[in-house]
Amino acid sequence: MFDLSGKSALVTGATGGIGGAIAKALHHQGATVAISGTNAAKLEKLAGELGDRVFVLPCDLRDRPAVAALAEDAEKALGQIDILVNNAGITKDNLFMRMKDEEWDDVLSVNLTSVFTLTRGVLRGMMRRRGGRIVNIASISGVLGNPGQGNYAASKAGLVGMTKSLAREVAARGITANCIAPGFIATPMTDALTEKQTEAIAAAIPAQCFGKPEDVAAAVVFFASDEASYITGETMHVNGGMIMV
Amino acid sequence: MSDISERVKKIVVEHLGVEADKVSDNASFIDDLGADSLDTVELVMAFEEEFGCEIPDDAAETILTVGDAIKFLEKNSA
Repeated sequence: MFDLSGKSALVTGATGGIGGAIAKALHHQGATVAISGTNAAKLEKLAGELGDRVFVLPCDLRDRPAVAALAEDAEKALGQIDILVNNAGITKDNLFMRMKDEEWDDVLSVNLTSVFTLTRGVLRGMMRRRGGRIVNIASISGVLGNPGQGNYAASKAGLVGMTKSLAREVAARGITANCIAPGFIATPMTDALTEKQTEAIAAAIPAQCFGKPEDVAAAVVFFASDEASYITGETMHVNGGMIMV
Repeated sequence: MSDISERVKKIVVEHLGVEADKVSDNASFIDDLGADSLDTVELVMAFEEEFGCEIPDDAAETILTVGDAIKFLEKNSA
């Protein structure tokens, strides 16, 4: 089950906590992976850990032409893209009344617009081959909302609607598009929380602890697999029971 | 029948799974040949690959019948 031998995957945000775990998990299941991110040194380090079957493709997702080029470069490197994992995401938290236009624009640009641009670029090959897996990493914030994250929550809720629309368009072509909405996962992004915040959040999680990046990666492997071919437009929540919808 | 016309019709027959005799110049992809909107996008992709040319979105929107495709490709293919 869930064997990805012979498949090729592109993972954005692979230098992040969750993205790195996703790249490792896909690779472990046998996939060839192209890892993208802004920090070339970190990408090279991850590539070193993975060994063979890996390509490093740095990209700044705020740069639209560069995102379009990433789709082409990845296709060239991998031969074809069977699995696209849009994982990259940034936060620029601020209270609504204090939020700057740039904070809104940057977050929407990286978290939502780049996903559209990259996915559009990758779809052509998937349509031609009558198959593909698109997995978008959303967030519990996009479902629940979160004070100080108007921009981030909007981008993540946007991903869910975009993914459902795409799923309806391409389902008959053997392509699935799904979201994963992580809850609180122990990564550098959540390390920024204070101890008090961390305690309060953990108290609201039935599992009583933060998740691991590997918990999210396992869900990605599932959606990426042949076995998940009949599941599309779905949002899988990986949150220790924090919300159940 | 021109070479381009033959190649276009072959692609349409293969892609939409319709009888060759239904693929006349006047046949509309959607109304007569049962294509959906995504099929038309894929047909344009297939024409681009077959003829090694790029069909911009605004031109693609005007290609509604088999004849439209043949005319466009006669003018624009290499």
